[in-house]
Amino acid sequence: MNAKTADKVATGVIYAIAASVALVLVAMLAFILARGLPHLSWHFLTGAARSFEAGGGIGVQLFNSFYLLILAMLISFPIALGAAMYLNEYAKPSLFISIIRTAIEVMSSLPSVVVGLFSFLIFVVKFHFGFSILSGAIALTIFNLPILTRSIETSLSQIPNLQREAGAALGLSRFETVIHIILPAAVPSIVTGVVISAGRVFGEAAALIYTAGQSAPTLDFGDWNPFNLASPLSPFRPAETLAVHIWKINSEGIMPDLSAVSAGASAVLIIVVLLFNFSARRLGTLLYKKLTNS
Amino acid sequence: MTHKQQELKPVSEFISDTRPERFVYQMDSDRHEIALSTENLQVRYGDKLALSEGDLSFERYKITSLIGASGSGKSTFLRSLNRMNDGVANVTGKIMYRGLDINSKDIDVYEMRRHIGMVFQRPNPFAKSIYDNITFALTRRGKYSKAELDEIVETTLKQAALWDQVKDELNKSALALSGGQAQRLVIARALALKPDILLLDEPSSALDPISSAKFEETLMELKQYYTIIIVTHNMQQAARISDYTAFFHQGKVIEYDLTRKIFTRPKVKLTDDYISGNFG
Repeated sequence: MNAKTADKVATGVIYAIAASVALVLVAMLAFILARGLPHLSWHFLTGAARSFEAGGGIGVQLFNSFYLLILAMLISFPIALGAAMYLNEYAKPSLFISIIRTAIEVMSSLPSVVVGLFSFLIFVVKFHFGFSILSGAIALTIFNLPILTRSIETSLSQIPNLQREAGAALGLSRFETVIHIILPAAVPSIVTGVVISAGRVFGEAAALIYTAGQSAPTLDFGDWNPFNLASPLSPFRPAETLAVHIWKINSEGIMPDLSAVSAGASAVLIIVVLLFNFSARRLGTLLYKKLTNS
Repeated sequence: MTHKQQELKPVSEFISDTRPERFVYQMDSDRHEIALSTENLQVRYGDKLALSEGDLSFERYKITSLIGASGSGKSTFLRSLNRMNDGVANVTGKIMYRGLDINSKDIDVYEMRRHIGMVFQRPNPFAKSIYDNITFALTRRGKYSKAELDEIVETTLKQAALWDQVKDELNKSALALSGGQAQRLVIARALALKPDILLLDEPSSALDPISSAKFEETLMELKQYYTIIIVTHNMQQAARISDYTAFFHQGKVIEYDLTRKIFTRPKVKLTDDYISGNFG
């Protein structure tokens, strides 16, 4: 076999391998969507879940998922941003820094069920937060923090050093340079990273089973006082999310239309995660264009 | 008439080897107004000595070129002058500016850099509008009315010879400018702080020849108001625009003199070799 044929064969093989990765995803999506889409309706998306009879919806679970996501992001984003700014802009190589980096790496590879059980013991039991949105949001923060930190750090590190020198040469302090020059320039890529990690958080189940709980009490959507337990905004109520709901009904559900609810909920979950992923890139590109007027 | 064509000898053979190994022009502070001078400047990266004996004085409202091969220490020297090497290298010795040693610990580095501005090799405009690029550093430290800012933007852009090209699109992003335009904007941005001294680190090496020629014209204009110190790899450029030239070699200033002397009859053989292209 001469070099040219060898190259062609190799290219073909590599191409096939890459295609097979995409194929797995496409097959899975097609399966889930084909099974789930027929069950989707406005009633299904907004209605309350039913435990013993057919015709239940996922309204509360869907709301819980988004609310938990927002809370988890509100807590984790500032911490991740601060950590990333420190690591990328201030930290000089030292033992302390290498310990922090190792910690982030270990944290990002922790199984989410471990994060969930740990949070259960500490926040649910020890701190008496109970099965609540608060416990769930903290667990999700622990789960999300290392990935988000890394993603923001990468965004910052992609801003060329020339920008930092430019700031310094104009008599700006390092903090001013980071806040007013580096961060704005990194915003498109930071936003992309945040939205992609939001997709991961949205679909997380294991970390929430023992923290946000597996029950979804009926919510009074007329009551927006966060201190009332029936209020959708209350952080102290248990809140089964969409992903946990899918797990729950598949392991112990007894409603007659179990498989339909499960398929529909899975389709919704997948669609939302996909939306996050697609919009992340679009949003990033859009912001970049706005920033550069190009 | 036939005669044997005389073979050209290398220049170095004409000049006797009695030339000194180093010659550093001592500026007479009575006759020349000195903007900046260094004493016993040494720069170390870790244990490695990158620059020693960089004793130079820079005359006000003149352009001084720093030339030398890559790694000769000229950029290191330049970047030490406004403390851009802080945290990167260890700089010892004195840098005297207005009777003040600006290399000492208790100097407000951020304030000092507003007096001694710097422009880098690659244009580095901020991801902001053209207008904001110029006004940002100003408004961080002082209060200016919109009219004052407008005037500063116009004046500095005119000084940098960019006004005519961008006056209708000041709110456009600076990232949309071409390389030559961006470098002019960066100059304007530095001028907005009304510095005394401008340090230029190979400012036109990333520009095409036409932009580069325009850039040199701009520098010649600017020297009426600013003291300019420029690192350049382009010896024609040094010869064209500068009043003084310092030749760096292996971390030492080998020769420092009026540019016309350096380029016509250098006192040191090494300088001669460098500018005739024998090395570097």
